Amino acid sequence: MSTDANAGGARAGFDLDRPWQLHPRVSVRPERFGALLYHFGTRRLSFLKSPTLLAVVSSLDDEPSARAACVAAGVTAGELPAYSAALATLAGSQLICERTSQLQGAAR
Amino acid sequence: MTVTTTATGPAASPPAAPLPLVEQFQYGLDAPICLTWELTYACNLACVHCLSSSGRRDPRELSTAECKAVVDELERMQVFYVNIGGGEPTVRPDFWELVDYATAHHVGVKFSTNGVKISPAVARRLAASDYVDVQISLDGATAEVNDAVRGEGSHATALRAMRNLADAGMRGFKISVVITRQNASQLDDFKAIADRFGAQLRLTRLRPSGRGADVWETLHPTAGQQRQLYDWLVAHGEQVLTGDSFFHLAAYGDALPGLNLCGAGRVVCLIDPVGDVYACPFAIHDNFLAGSVRSPGGFAGVWRESELFADLRRPQTGGACQSCSAYDSCRGGCMAAKFFTGLPLDGPDPECVKGHGEAALSAVRGAAAPRPSGDHSHRTRPVPVTIGSRPPQEAAAGAGGRRPPDRACDESPLTGFDPGGR
Repeated sequence: MSTDANAGGARAGFDLDRPWQLHPRVSVRPERFGALLYHFGTRRLSFLKSPTLLAVVSSLDDEPSARAACVAAGVTAGELPAYSAALATLAGSQLICERTSQLQGAAR
Repeated sequence: MTVTTTATGPAASPPAAPLPLVEQFQYGLDAPICLTWELTYACNLACVHCLSSSGRRDPRELSTAECKAVVDELERMQVFYVNIGGGEPTVRPDFWELVDYATAHHVGVKFSTNGVKISPAVARRLAASDYVDVQISLDGATAEVNDAVRGEGSHATALRAMRNLADAGMRGFKISVVITRQNASQLDDFKAIADRFGAQLRLTRLRPSGRGADVWETLHPTAGQQRQLYDWLVAHGEQVLTGDSFFHLAAYGDALPGLNLCGAGRVVCLIDPVGDVYACPFAIHDNFLAGSVRSPGGFAGVWRESELFADLRRPQTGGACQSCSAYDSCRGGCMAAKFFTGLPLDGPDPECVKGHGEAALSAVRGAAAPRPSGDHSHRTRPVPVTIGSRPPQEAAAGAGGRRPPDRACDESPLTGFDPGGR
């Protein structure tokens, strides 16, 4: 657990301005509450508890940064810290990884 | 379902707060998250508590082509993975072909085995795959406790398989233990075995299903053992998997990691070796039979249109448990455990931690509990033949004549074993 009391709500190590992508070994299944995610490497099942977060995650691959993906999904400036924190959690579980350094992201 | 779960959402409340996930799952999903697929009833062992009464192969078993068609459907439905079991699934000659087919079609495979086929070469092959996980069954940390339930030599077979997997570099494979009165005191020993092989321990609940119905009374853990098990599971958190099978213990207080609900027909189900679809692996009985993958609508048709599944996805009232303070935690416990002990489905679980199960059991004691529908045991009981012609000598004995009982089994692993007396 991070003890860093970051005012922005984002955990250390997650950079909204970098390009991110869904981890290549993660499968996403949209559901009415959001989505189910399954990581074939860690064999963990995860849930996205909002359709907006699913929209963010789905557009990561096509947007130049996580911030741009959030904007594209309609996330407001006020909501951004919450979505940044959610993305940090996904990165911590290896469900998403940095696009430019995929191997490093996968190995973390 | 054997999953560790993480729920991720924006920390701030979303605009329209959705139902909690447990509520979402109560009403079912369009496709299962995962399912159990028993590929064969054939087994080299004859475990006394076998939930599917396995032993002999059913001649109506799904063919290779039929199995592949099921995989195709699961891929279309985005079922993430299947828990393959049996019987001993690895004795099917097309087992590896089916595993390869599933993983090539984005359906992950986790299979349960007693280890009989896990040679060094097979272990190397498994270690090289990202999409296949293995679960070795072990029901006693010592050969004495294990073999009394699973049969002579089965402890050695399982440990040899674990050694082969570890030597091949396979990390994090599962050691799957059904908790019984005899092994409940061996939890630390099981954990030590898992640690020794770089494996992960998985503890599951003994159900009175299949042949388990015959031994449940003497094998199920005592109330005191259940409490110790709960405390041990809480102390070990996500290090130890439970297949979400101990959700009835949530009534002690804190929920255990994972989904604390019965997923039967809602987020999981069973496909049996002949393609019949049941609500869960522990409910092989006509009352829980939803349909067959061989029907025109296939598996998806059964999942989406079965009346039984629609029924299971309706809000449950709690029945006799409704007024209990723990109902929100345990939700009445395990449907199969109630059914096969003769208890009403809308009442307490036979192992209710509040003690309501014992009272309910004494109320039905003496009455006949429902029997599992199929019995594929190695010649322990007469087997009703529903398909195929009778052997000539039997046909000659007279049409309509019932098949005489086979001789009493003298190879029962329970012979000479008295686990504390009945």
